Amino acid sequence: MLCRVADSLHWMSRYVERAENIARFIDVNQVLSLGGVGVQWDPLIFASGDEKAYNKKYPDFSRENVLRFLLFDREYANSVVSCASRARENARAIQGELSMGVWHAVNRLYLRVRDGARNAEEVIANPNFFLERVKRSCHQVMGVSNATLSRDEAWQFCHLGTLVERADKTSRILDVKYFTLLPNVTDVGGALDVVQWSALLETTGATHMYRKRHGRIDPRKVVAFLVLDEQFPRSIRYCVEQAEDCMRDIASSTAPGDGPLAQIGEMSVRLNSIGADEIVDTGLHEFIDDFQRRLDSFNESLFEAYFHVPPVLPYVPDGAQSQTQSGPT
Amino acid sequence: MNNKSTVAYDEYGPSPDQPRHASLTHSLGQIPIEVLASRQEVAEAELNERGVTFAVYGHNDGAEKIWPFDIVPRPISGEEWRPVEEGLKQRIRALNLFLDDVYHDKHILKDGVIPEEFVLGAETYRPQCEGLKPPGGVWTHITGTDLIRDTDGQFYVLEDNLRCPSGVSYVLENRELMKRVLPEVFQGTSIAPVESYPDALLDTLLQTAPPKCDGLPRAVVLTPGQFNSAFFEHSYLAQRMGVDLVQASDLYVEGGLVWMRTTHGPQRVDVIYRRIDDDFLDPVSFRADSMLGVPGLMRAYREGGVTLANAPGAGIADDKGVYAYVPKIIEYYLSEEAILPNVPTYVCSEPDQCQYVLDHLSELVIKPANNSGGYGIYFGPTSSRAELEECAAAVKANPRNYIAQPLVTLSTTPTIVPGGLAPRHVDLRPFVLYGKDFYVMSGGLTRVALKEGSMVVNSSQGGGSKDTWVLNGASQ
Repeated sequence: MLCRVADSLHWMSRYVERAENIARFIDVNQVLSLGGVGVQWDPLIFASGDEKAYNKKYPDFSRENVLRFLLFDREYANSVVSCASRARENARAIQGELSMGVWHAVNRLYLRVRDGARNAEEVIANPNFFLERVKRSCHQVMGVSNATLSRDEAWQFCHLGTLVERADKTSRILDVKYFTLLPNVTDVGGALDVVQWSALLETTGATHMYRKRHGRIDPRKVVAFLVLDEQFPRSIRYCVEQAEDCMRDIASSTAPGDGPLAQIGEMSVRLNSIGADEIVDTGLHEFIDDFQRRLDSFNESLFEAYFHVPPVLPYVPDGAQSQTQSGPT
Repeated sequence: MNNKSTVAYDEYGPSPDQPRHASLTHSLGQIPIEVLASRQEVAEAELNERGVTFAVYGHNDGAEKIWPFDIVPRPISGEEWRPVEEGLKQRIRALNLFLDDVYHDKHILKDGVIPEEFVLGAETYRPQCEGLKPPGGVWTHITGTDLIRDTDGQFYVLEDNLRCPSGVSYVLENRELMKRVLPEVFQGTSIAPVESYPDALLDTLLQTAPPKCDGLPRAVVLTPGQFNSAFFEHSYLAQRMGVDLVQASDLYVEGGLVWMRTTHGPQRVDVIYRRIDDDFLDPVSFRADSMLGVPGLMRAYREGGVTLANAPGAGIADDKGVYAYVPKIIEYYLSEEAILPNVPTYVCSEPDQCQYVLDHLSELVIKPANNSGGYGIYFGPTSSRAELEECAAAVKANPRNYIAQPLVTLSTTPTIVPGGLAPRHVDLRPFVLYGKDFYVMSGGLTRVALKEGSMVVNSSQGGGSKDTWVLNGASQ
């Protein structure tokens, strides 16, 4: 597969996953805000990791400003509208590698978001319907990908994108919410508002699955569930293990080095060998910080190994092969 | 073709009582206009959702436009179609011989059939291609020839497109869409299929694999990228053939061969269906300032390391000036008379013809020799005095670059307009493949001028499209 194509496949699904996550984050906050709980909107910006970009343009963390930024700001690369059009741009460039169904689903997602952006004020006033459509459209892309793509290299790069993005978002939301809820580790297990912890689960789409597994809301169990659960598809461990499988399939069929595979393998080992108590006691924030660093470094070596296309080099005629690109084997 | 009638030939028949295709007219007639209109809306929504688009240059945002499509099909009877098919093959066979000749011995020029400077001085003539032997001897793998029907119902060739003719993907999309939105008209109608085109295209490409190819040849489609007006088509064809869609940055030349950068390391490319112009193929051979090309590509091609389809240099055969000589070209190489006539054409580089053109500007259509997409054309009869003066100046400044033709009244087909059906002018672009043998697509792309009275059918100028039905069996 062309390096450029692998890159586009990966980013197409990352952007779809990202759009879905943002929509879900907003949806949960929006619903919470209706319950009379003192809901803040700034954590959503902190979770995005883009507070600098936000602060440059917006004076405060009002609901309207946060929604405008996260949903419709075209200058902001990670807004829903930007994610949807980037997902589509990537998909359009590589339509040939996708099934028709996937392309149509990505195109539909883009059209739905674009329609929303045309009525931005209306959506901001009453976002539920729009957010539902975005989430559903994103799920359609994933569903039709699952149902129609061969489990070949194209799929692996797609799937890897989803998993990496998902692990990243779960860890960020956990970090931010944890800080908002629990500025102090000693507070763990104290009298906490169940509504707030439920909201954390809801934000990661985990409430029902958590309840099935652990029943009552318990902070340590929530951490255990979102970081270490073996079966929940948004837990960090689940994503990393699946990503490792993807990497193994990709690496076994390709030439480039084992950098990214080794790195994801290390992450997986670490998540396998640690317990929730250890994480909470030594500091969830520190744990997540470390995870984020490893994830960044994995992404870099993934790029180097598979996606990187060297810039066009000056051509040296007459068979003087001084080009640095790797030659035929 | 002059002075016969000024009434456009109606593809459906001179009146509802005299249908040319009775059974089709009948089955379409069964559908109330409101239903047709609502199917039209369904079709448009579907095209939007499927992302069937083209880009229009000159718009600020480079916006993609949804492919404009009209659901009333354009019928052609099988008997009418056969001579068209033969005529196209004849034409392309002759143009290939012409290309081979002008880049080698130049017999046709030495024999004075076409003025030498007319060919060798043309913008599209590529001295870099002299002496080239394209694999399999094929210069024009893919051709899209524009045909029109005059008031007498005769098909005429309006122009040849031998470089990167566009539109075949829309033929296939149109057909697929039609089956969804008008199934009842398909039932019981015998329509020649078009769906085998991608397979035929792949066969054609692989048949012309280069001499240095060992093992199974690998073909790719080379696109300038997402912002090209025909990107949808590039992507569509690559997908339907199951080959990679590459950009120049994905390729490089080493050891006289072409390689693409993949996640498995370098892989060889044997045949490139290139959808970029000669100018941008290779900065070493053509435009040095181009960032699009693959350095060294022409050399690899010349040395038999790769096939380029269509061959570089083929553009000289679709120069609108050379077009005027095609009947002579056919006669010269094949000793046959052209089956498909040309539209009468005045070549402005011939002083007497140029004078005629300048004296009759207001009656003629004046076209630049090399622009595509309907750009730079003057329609004498509808031009203002100022425009005619501008046109005259342009012709005088560079007569070689202009040809002129009488305004042909294009045939019409009923087309959905607000409030009902109305006749709109159409042309036809059939697609022909040439490898070891010929493949002529049945029908082709019917383009329709959506504006009342307009004869400009280019999609870049607001034209639409229709599904073209070659009806098998007896004339309906």
